[in-house]
Amino acid sequence: MNQFQDRIPLPPTDAERSNMACHFCIVGCGYHVYKWPERHEGGRAPDENALGLDFRKQIGPQQLIMTPPMHNVIADRDGRRWNIMILPDKACTVNKGLSSTRGGQLASVMYTGRGTSRQRLAYPLLFTGDDWVETNWDTALAVYAGVTKRLLDEHGPEALAFNAFDHGGAGGGFENTWGSGKLMFSALQTPLVRIHNRPAYNSECHATRDMGIGELNNSYEDSELADTLFYIGANGYETQTNYFLAHAMPNMRGETIAKKKQWFPGETAEKAKVIFVDPRRSLTVSIAEHVAGKENVLHLAIAPGTDTALFNGLLTYVVDQDWHHERFIREHTTGFEEALEANRLSLAECSRITGVPEADIVKAAEWAYKPKTSGHYPRTMHGYEKGIIWGNDNYRIQSALVDLVLATENVGRRGTGVVRMGGHQEGYARPPYPGSRPAIYVDDEIIKGNGRMLTVWACNAFQTTLNSEQYREAVYRRSNIVRETIAQARGATAEELVDLIYDAVENRGGLFVVNIDLYKTKFSDAAHLLLPAAHPGEMNLTSMNGERRMRLSERFMDPPGEAKPDCLIASDIANTLKGLYQAEGNSEMAERFAGFDWKTEEDAFNDGFRSPDGIDSQGGSTGDLATYDRLRAMGNNGVQLPIKEFADGQLVGTEMLYTDYRFDTEDGKARFQPAPWNGLPQTVESQRAKHRFWVNNGRTNHIWQTAYHDRYLAFRRDRFPMSPLEMNPDDAKDLGIEAGDIVELHNDYGSAFAMAYPEPDIRPGQVFMMFGYDNGVVGDVVTPWTDRNLIPYYKGTWADMRKVGSMRDYKRTVSFKRRRFDLA
Amino acid sequence: MTDLARRRFLKTGGAAAAGAGLLGAGLGSGTAAELSPSNPGATTLPYPRNGIAKVAELKVNEPKGFNYPDEDSFCQVLKTGRQVPGGVGPDGDIVAFSTQCTHMGCPLSYDKNARTFKCGCHFSIFDPEMAGQMVDGQATENLPRILLEHDAADGTLYAVAVEGLIYGRQCNLL
Repeated sequence: MNQFQDRIPLPPTDAERSNMACHFCIVGCGYHVYKWPERHEGGRAPDENALGLDFRKQIGPQQLIMTPPMHNVIADRDGRRWNIMILPDKACTVNKGLSSTRGGQLASVMYTGRGTSRQRLAYPLLFTGDDWVETNWDTALAVYAGVTKRLLDEHGPEALAFNAFDHGGAGGGFENTWGSGKLMFSALQTPLVRIHNRPAYNSECHATRDMGIGELNNSYEDSELADTLFYIGANGYETQTNYFLAHAMPNMRGETIAKKKQWFPGETAEKAKVIFVDPRRSLTVSIAEHVAGKENVLHLAIAPGTDTALFNGLLTYVVDQDWHHERFIREHTTGFEEALEANRLSLAECSRITGVPEADIVKAAEWAYKPKTSGHYPRTMHGYEKGIIWGNDNYRIQSALVDLVLATENVGRRGTGVVRMGGHQEGYARPPYPGSRPAIYVDDEIIKGNGRMLTVWACNAFQTTLNSEQYREAVYRRSNIVRETIAQARGATAEELVDLIYDAVENRGGLFVVNIDLYKTKFSDAAHLLLPAAHPGEMNLTSMNGERRMRLSERFMDPPGEAKPDCLIASDIANTLKGLYQAEGNSEMAERFAGFDWKTEEDAFNDGFRSPDGIDSQGGSTGDLATYDRLRAMGNNGVQLPIKEFADGQLVGTEMLYTDYRFDTEDGKARFQPAPWNGLPQTVESQRAKHRFWVNNGRTNHIWQTAYHDRYLAFRRDRFPMSPLEMNPDDAKDLGIEAGDIVELHNDYGSAFAMAYPEPDIRPGQVFMMFGYDNGVVGDVVTPWTDRNLIPYYKGTWADMRKVGSMRDYKRTVSFKRRRFDLA
Repeated sequence: MTDLARRRFLKTGGAAAAGAGLLGAGLGSGTAAELSPSNPGATTLPYPRNGIAKVAELKVNEPKGFNYPDEDSFCQVLKTGRQVPGGVGPDGDIVAFSTQCTHMGCPLSYDKNARTFKCGCHFSIFDPEMAGQMVDGQATENLPRILLEHDAADGTLYAVAVEGLIYGRQCNLL
């Protein structure tokens, strides 16, 4: 590539082609990976390249996505180099040929053996007291298993803490959740496990599950069929991009009216109306207004944390109008009267609490629940995400929402649903968690000095937990005790190192930290051992998306160096421990570490997902029907779980759950749950009372997760060298803050630093900071308060702000123009 | 293409473009890499040098369209009114970009209030005053920059090269 970056090699007609579901968000867009020898190129004539396109002339708009970041030159372990090109799959029903700005750079994040990709972990690394040195797997496993065994023998599993992924896509998938889960829950049997983005082992959707409704209960197609799209704390354009663009947007434009008429004869069918519940005017609100017309979009900008009151007000109004579905309630649910009585809230009171005008609450009720001209009940698709999940009392808000949904039968009918929009893809198959509910507040245990060894597996709580300043301080303090010990362990063998580490954690309050990841992360600064993992493309990996669509991402290249899939790292650890116990003749303990005889990730898949008896698997009881061969044949469209059957060479899946009115409860009836409005938690209220700004936070379109790849991609790093902080321009002026200035948010829990980004759509007294970034961590000012199941209230904190200084480089290189889309 | 641009295209850039065309014809559907043997000392494509506008005719915050490096590639030149990265002209405030969205090639429109180029297909937004940086959206590339030269003698702006791949092409020169 020359300095102008104005050419790109084309895949020749004989390039290998394999399937890839995007590594990143829940949507899981389908891509094709083309791979061909480095020195070959396809020609420009349509019969000379694998895309079949004529590059001798300009390709027209919307015919193709093929950009320089979609091409790369990778290196396999044998030293051979290959071109790869990763392009969106036009035949994939999920994304229909679209790529987002994140998935569109998949090729750029694959290992090349050169440049920034050499930041990838390729070999196990051991901290020596001064720096990291490469070691081999035998030594790394001897240290890991040696310390683990000492702790297990002396203290039992409670000494062994894990911060671990539980999702699909990169850093997850059915193979890896199973491998790591079998190690943690069956072999080690530790309950001291937290999930990647929260301080305990719990569900973000306990309430809806308790009510008998799994949180992913419809298909993306239902957003094409809905009369009303009701988004609650969800910013679809930025965080589930191609779900929004390929499925919701056509409905907003009226392009699916004919389809609705065909599916639902006799029913009134119009273009979608769209309701947003969000204190912030998000990008998605601005785009929906542009697409659907302002008259078809209703933005309920509630006061922070008042969702429960809104849903209860809506439920009350709907029932008072007699718009609830009495027969459905009577025949298929329990607890309606009790919940209604508990939740009852007048329109006036609802308006007072939420700050939403009564007329808008009525309008929302009419759009979503009032019978249509044809007399049919409207079909309303409810999509919620972190505004609720990380809102004021997760369990209660979700209960209030699902109460409203059940009363109006917006589940089990096509065009409806009450679904989380999702963050990561899903891919959960694990033995049952060996703890109780509520689980253990693991971060708090670490802060209190409990747990002696912490394995940080494909996640990074320094950027993605609450009360993170205190947490980080505790981890560093305890980790440093071990680091100092290792620094003084001159000439120690692996066995001697185990003894020294054990002494440091046993007698001096230390914490032995192991990080299993693709890269060194912020958390690695507190680690002592790093184990290199692989990501999709370097291993075969299965996951499912937000409509339970399971696909196989195929391996097309080697992982760097000696990196390997997480499931095989788990089996190595288990087999090493088994060997240690066998060596001392402890067959009982050796048996606990049996069953990890896996050579490949497919072995782990067959052992877990395909053997579903007695485990918790999103594949359910028919997971055994899915084989790698069958999934490979199903390509990027895969199959929607649960699988119904394998017939005529096809896996047949389930588009929508509960169409038979059999809900996931013992009696098969969905359960209403009382969820009265309860105000803000005292911990949070104390910050609100003291501080000027409500610190809303969440994702931006550009950055995926903790930016583990993104921080090495100039396109993203140049855009956001630091967490942007959207704030009202008048507030900025008042504090003498300009675009690009560094500001400090501070409260009783800590300080978070960010890059000021004035934005007129942000209300005075509110700010919005990017969550999870490596430069500027909002978790530092988030209170330790959680709901009854230990789900954080990330979006509920208040802080004061001061200007720290000015970064000339940011002002020189970062655009601070308006991100919202409104045509002039 | 403006008349001026067309004249310039024929008079100056045309020669280079014609040369590339002949070379292309000689090699059939040759790839860009195969073009290089003709000029092993060069790492840049033989872009035409086209006059695209006069400085005096540009009004602040009002972009003007032109085509470069050929008729099928739509671009806009903009006088921003303040010195910006890559800006040329007496005030260092003139920039030009390909205005086919780098995501899927839809035509960009200029928003005078936001001072950004916007795509109505998937809502990408680009900042001409920050080297075409994507402000938000689904592209994976900033806007390709049209490199400009300014002839101070007569105030003509010349397009001389493109930095970044134009949508829908394997190579910026067809």
